[in-house]
Amino acid sequence: MTTSGLLIMIASVGTVTMLFAWCVWKVLCCPEQTDNVHGVVSKHTPDEAE
Amino acid sequence: MSQAARKIESWGSRLGVIMAVAGSAVGLGNFLRFPGQAAQYGGGAFMIAYAISFIIIGLPIGWAEWTMGRAMGQRGLHSAPGMFAHVMKQSWSKYLGIIGIIIPVVIYMYYVGIEAWCLGYAVNFLRGALHMNTAEESSGYFSSFVGIKQDGAAMHFSWDTMLPFLIIVFLINFIFIYRGISKGIETVCNWGMPALIILATIVLIRVMTLGTPDASLPDNNVNNGLGYMWNPAKLIVEVQKDGAWTEEKQLVGAAMLQNAKLDIAEDSSRRIREITVAEQLLKPQLWLAAAGQIFFSLSVGFGVILCYASYLKKSDDVVLSGLSASAANEFCEVGLGGLITLPAAVAFLGLAGVAGQGTFGLGFNVLPLVFSKMPLGQFFGAMFFFMLFLAAITSSLSMLQPGIAFLEEALNIGRKASVAILGFITVVGAGFVSWFSADLKALDTLDFWVGTFLIFILATIQIIVFGWVWGVEKGFKEAHEGAAVRIPRVYRTIIKYICPAFLLVIFTMWVLVNVFGVNFSGGAPQISSYVTDLFINPNQVAWLSVVLVLVFAVFLALLVSKARAYQKTTSQPDSDS
Repeated sequence: MTTSGLLIMIASVGTVTMLFAWCVWKVLCCPEQTDNVHGVVSKHTPDEAE
Repeated sequence: MSQAARKIESWGSRLGVIMAVAGSAVGLGNFLRFPGQAAQYGGGAFMIAYAISFIIIGLPIGWAEWTMGRAMGQRGLHSAPGMFAHVMKQSWSKYLGIIGIIIPVVIYMYYVGIEAWCLGYAVNFLRGALHMNTAEESSGYFSSFVGIKQDGAAMHFSWDTMLPFLIIVFLINFIFIYRGISKGIETVCNWGMPALIILATIVLIRVMTLGTPDASLPDNNVNNGLGYMWNPAKLIVEVQKDGAWTEEKQLVGAAMLQNAKLDIAEDSSRRIREITVAEQLLKPQLWLAAAGQIFFSLSVGFGVILCYASYLKKSDDVVLSGLSASAANEFCEVGLGGLITLPAAVAFLGLAGVAGQGTFGLGFNVLPLVFSKMPLGQFFGAMFFFMLFLAAITSSLSMLQPGIAFLEEALNIGRKASVAILGFITVVGAGFVSWFSADLKALDTLDFWVGTFLIFILATIQIIVFGWVWGVEKGFKEAHEGAAVRIPRVYRTIIKYICPAFLLVIFTMWVLVNVFGVNFSGGAPQISSYVTDLFINPNQVAWLSVVLVLVFAVFLALLVSKARAYQKTTSQPDSDS
């Protein structure tokens, strides 16, 4: 592996890893900003009637 | 049955929907297709084109799908025909939306078979039944496992055929899809995705510590595998034939270069040439490969994200969720897939053993041989193929949901009935693909016309609808509703002009290369085998595959034409406009 190959590998893998880690941190650690999803809203279901 | 009487489903958590979309995107292509493509076009040059494609195709189409899906879900629409009819306000547009159902359901018909191969290989590695000594033995096992030599050859019960695993995988998929969005899909993805990443990390550590497994073959080592994958400039040995220089083999590492120099020292018909990054970036095929990889890897244009996002609530974030799902996919593809597959293969088989292998060749011919030669290969082989199975099942589940949602809407029925109808349709389709296994003709034909051609069409329609019919301003306003982060302003221009133009150029190139056989390297054009199979030298299985898709399309069109839910959508005013 050449030095330039090593640099490209580190840059590519490092970038996607940091982006993924930032997204995970943002989603998990900032719930007041992001956790707008709530549970299932169940009404009468057709399966119950069957 | 009224909409109110039907069970109104939604995601159980924010992480759940991100995991589900990421799970839909992460598949075999991340671990098998991406490394092969990157190595073929030179890691550095490929990654430049790949990153650009991610920014101007992957992210904007993903955000467009998330935004339109959530907005249409608020109006009670969860499948593409109703969504297109509502946005475009034309009665014909609902028929255009049928593509958004055909793609995931037809892909499921063959993807579930590939999923069964992964589970079958994992189980057979675990029970110690897979121990390959030669490449011929490995390819022979794969051939008999899937029935490549003869139609129906793998349709009997045995540890060494796909049929029992196909039945198990099919049942698992339908059990979880029946359980619904939150209890089924979300549960599988919440467990499956972390498990997949943990398993891949363990396999990665094992691969990175392989070194040079056979001291008598010093060129076969992990370092050369990484170089083959990531080196920006390619060193090749060329041979002169009839006045033209053609590539003979690739060189990676100082030792290989030194040996090659000695070999050709007195041979004037051979030379060593360096293909630079700039030279590679000028090749249209590289851009086509990079854009295609981004496109298919992120699952944009499948109709799946539209459907999944429609179960979000109005104030649920879509911008960060879309980015997070894409980032998870890229991490699995570049960070894990880019470091596992080729280094392991080169360490045991050398460059000659992996060069020119396609997705299936690398996954089911090369890697089983690699794990057979690896210390504790039984354990790591089982782990790797189970990881592929997890990647596949989170994808296949996502392919069923658009069909379920469509049947619920069009027929106004509950989940149990729609699961039963879709189950029947996909049993017929998967049975067809699995029976006509000779040369994988049915699978190959469906993958080309539906899994590639139609995806280009749907993605182009979606980005044009979002940027031009809905309008970028309205789209951005909708996207930023409840958003945790903002989409950069430059994306207004990208979504409206650059992305559609780039897509159309790539699609045109794809048609020229893959349908009309144009050779951008200067060779004579050769009509694609997919066209030959249909029109020049008709192949019965290829035609039956196309007929299968057409019959399914007509069935969907009939349902759409009769569906009362879609008759109202074209006349409804848009509450936001």
